[in-house]
Amino acid sequence: MREIEFDVVVKAVRDMIMHCGTDLPQDTYDALEQAMEDEKSPVSKEVIRQLLENANIAKDEKRPLCQDTGLAVFFVNVGEEVRINGGLLRDAINQGTEQGYTDGFLRASTCEPFSRLNLKDTVGYNLPAIIHFDIVKGDKIDIEYAAKGGGSENVSRARVFPPAAGKDGIVNYVKEVISDAGGNPCPPITVGVGIGGTFEKAVISSKHALFRDLETTNPDPEMAELEERMLTEINNLGIGAMGMGGTKTALAVHIEANPCHIASLPVSVNVQCHSSRHTHITI
Amino acid sequence: MATYSLTTPLTSEDTKQLKAGDTVLLNGTIFTARDAAHSRLVALIEEGKELPFDLEGSVIYFVGPTPPKPGDPIGSAGPTTSYRMDSFSPTMLKNGSKGMIGKGGRSQEVKDACVAYDGIYFGATGGAGALLGKQIKSAEVIAYPELGPEAVRKITVEDFPVTVVNDTEGNDLYQMGREQYEVKN
Ligand code: SF4
Repeated sequence: MREIEFDVVVKAVRDMIMHCGTDLPQDTYDALEQAMEDEKSPVSKEVIRQLLENANIAKDEKRPLCQDTGLAVFFVNVGEEVRINGGLLRDAINQGTEQGYTDGFLRASTCEPFSRLNLKDTVGYNLPAIIHFDIVKGDKIDIEYAAKGGGSENVSRARVFPPAAGKDGIVNYVKEVISDAGGNPCPPITVGVGIGGTFEKAVISSKHALFRDLETTNPDPEMAELEERMLTEINNLGIGAMGMGGTKTALAVHIEANPCHIASLPVSVNVQCHSSRHTHITI
Repeated sequence: MATYSLTTPLTSEDTKQLKAGDTVLLNGTIFTARDAAHSRLVALIEEGKELPFDLEGSVIYFVGPTPPKPGDPIGSAGPTTSYRMDSFSPTMLKNGSKGMIGKGGRSQEVKDACVAYDGIYFGATGGAGALLGKQIKSAEVIAYPELGPEAVRKITVEDFPVTVVNDTEGNDLYQMGREQYEVKN
């Protein structure tokens, strides 16, 4: 059994949060540069230019990329042969989150659902984090993190279709969600699509799909083709950067598919804005 | 598409020359307010009470900034999604406000109010919080400090870059832009 000190996890999480708040991941930066080149609308081109300039300023001056520094979302794979010394893993991740958001001058955005009171003084600064755990082989802890802003989360949707809806039904649904969203989720966006599983499995898969590097293609050729088709259809909508009209509404579509019940075809569409702050560490 | 440099407070003369798609560099004092602050401001207007700032010619920025780093007036400060202010904005425009800065589409009521009261809805680049925050030279909370990032701030901006989305003639850049680039199959 490998032992990892509680404080080691806290520090690692704190550091990844601070880094993510100010440094746009390279895959996203590169994709935006490519989008600026490809974009046909001069207004949208200028928006993307501002986004790249914003990323440079944020990185150089260590300023948050966006004022919505998100809720902290984690996917954590815990090796069966590892234990945390000195506390619970969940607590370590929450402590690291609080420290990262505080020390990084990031905004605390968690609130109670109805009173809308910010939870920073009661539960903790931007706590609780949203954490999805899984148990895997080995003696390591693998932590994927994303700061998820409200604008793009607000336009995300899920639905369980009858199986007969098939690929066409899903493509149309994805198009409808993105079309209705317009400029609200801060395009150019990345679209995570969870297909199959149960209702909640589809939703969680659509979130996890957003963590995949933008340069990668889906290992399943059928899904890779479906991603291409969805991307083309979304870009044909003409929404453009920040909804100003243009040819680059989405940078990528990522699908995660799962086997499902013979009676159902669940689909979830989770939208990620251009400020795609995600990173990954292994301890 | 023209580029203008304007200083607040704005007059009808300022706003009526602007067309959807124009770029404007804003200078001077603007006020920040999001959902919670808007609902309080509109309640004051309806009760006939005095507002924490003069609405005449004012530009309202829909933003909830990050905390400032030591020595900075404000943190990152890009726009939030505007539709959440749709039910309040017509009242603000009717009572003298001339401009709003946010991101995303507005309701028909807001567009109509822009026409009726010479108002402009400006779009700022969402997610460009670091860049936009740098154009804010001073910031002071003038009402509702208990709302934290949602408090009303009086801020001074220099060459703050915005795009005209809804103009005083009822044009909508989001609609126009999308129609132009939509590929129908
Ligand atoms: S959608 Fe993303 S880029 Fe836009 S304001 Fe929210 S967090 Fe920032």
